[in-house]
Amino acid sequence: MTTVDRAVPPGADLPEHADFLWRNPEPKRSYDVVIVGAGGHGLATAHYLAKNHGIRDVAVLERSWLGGGNMCRNTTIIRSNYLWDESSAIYEHSLKLWETLEEDLGYPILFSQRGVLNLAHSLQDVRDSVRRVEANKLNGIDAEWLTPDEVKKVCPIVNTSQELRYPVLGATYQPRAGIARHDYVAWGFARRADEAGIDIIQDCAVTGFRTAGDRITGVRTTRGDIAAGKVVLCAAGTTTVLTDMLGLRIPVQSHPLQALVSELLEPVHPTVVMSNHVHVYVSQAHKGELVMGAGVDPYNGYGQRGAFHVIERQMAAAVELFPVFARAHLLRSWAGVVDVCPDASPVVGKTPYEGLYLNCGWGTGGFKATPGLGWSLAHMIANDEPHPCIAPFGLDRFVTGALIDEHGAAGVAH
Amino acid sequence: MQLITCPYCGPREEAEFHYGGQAHVPHPADPGSLSDEEWAHHLFFRDNPRGPFAERWVHALGCRRWFNAVRDTVSYRFHHIYRLDQARPETP
Repeated sequence: MTTVDRAVPPGADLPEHADFLWRNPEPKRSYDVVIVGAGGHGLATAHYLAKNHGIRDVAVLERSWLGGGNMCRNTTIIRSNYLWDESSAIYEHSLKLWETLEEDLGYPILFSQRGVLNLAHSLQDVRDSVRRVEANKLNGIDAEWLTPDEVKKVCPIVNTSQELRYPVLGATYQPRAGIARHDYVAWGFARRADEAGIDIIQDCAVTGFRTAGDRITGVRTTRGDIAAGKVVLCAAGTTTVLTDMLGLRIPVQSHPLQALVSELLEPVHPTVVMSNHVHVYVSQAHKGELVMGAGVDPYNGYGQRGAFHVIERQMAAAVELFPVFARAHLLRSWAGVVDVCPDASPVVGKTPYEGLYLNCGWGTGGFKATPGLGWSLAHMIANDEPHPCIAPFGLDRFVTGALIDEHGAAGVAH
Repeated sequence: MQLITCPYCGPREEAEFHYGGQAHVPHPADPGSLSDEEWAHHLFFRDNPRGPFAERWVHALGCRRWFNAVRDTVSYRFHHIYRLDQARPETP
């Protein structure tokens, strides 16, 4: 185990709780750029608009509180071992930014590069995994194929017995992958954006849009109308509620995605383990909780909760893979609302409305993309042209047929 | 676990059912005449409302028959369940 030290009690290395990191200004009547959604993506976009492009007349509108949606509900896994070139480019761009983000933000985000294992449990899993490792290598991403014995060396608590119903036949391993403290990431971006003069306005729900012909001229909110030169949607599961107001159809469906944590435990789990086949993923947070999740609930839902039988199945998989978890207690479970695309890849790009930019469809994997997306989206807003990393992810791919099918590497069944 | 009332079998546990997405999406009358854009919308674009939603379900581990339901996507409550040959009931 590389990342744990038994002499330090769990949580001792955590920073003190945050005091006030940003102002709570009244909204101005007009901004150059209005970003809808103060989650990770919205805040990162604001930060990079100021830092990379000097655009500071920006408001980030949030209907509830900052980082209170999927940003505080995800399982914080960061990796870039996706199959296709398009996905590799954006996720690896993001991972490189994660590696220096703490210095960039001047704020601890507890990014821990403890690696990720993606287990294979069938011959088809093995073939797909080896193919993905080779694809990753061609894209300059660290990836290895591990045998069951090597899996056991990286993560001793995984049950590699070949007697299991779905035995571990090997795993892909990305050593640079890891986890970060999601709340601190949101707060770090928010603090930097606020310092740059960007207004973060909470408790401000968008209720409509102002348009002039095919051009967006502003938003209507619960705190009055706000004029905007450009409007950027970073609203994840709520995106289509917004685009419906414009009659704009987006090919995403909102689903509950559940996650759960155990009570605080001694450090037992040195890495991140994901299994598509028996379907669970597990890491151990810095404080000591086991953080677990799996696939979305099958039906559309905005309720931020899911069905119990879904997590019951995940727990069965977790206990089979990690017998040491059998006597751990589940502390709490929750759900986010994730917007899923037919090809399990995001939609980022321009829209038929001039000045309206779309960022949605990240489904179950948006957290890891936070800095890379923010960087690329800020580029698109500043230049009115997509950054090369996000150019393939426009809405037009559903017409051209150039889909980016990441159902295999997305890690989560949709 | 939520009970779903199959129109043929009566109330059964949610785990016996599979979800089929938006209901009342007709196959194009003249597929050959569709533009690429129209095909994209037919294949990939579905409503995603916050609130009542007419959708398809199948009683996969029971009678294996498809039916429609109007369900609230926030409360997850089923308002109406009806056979495929019935029209969508009035709101909600």
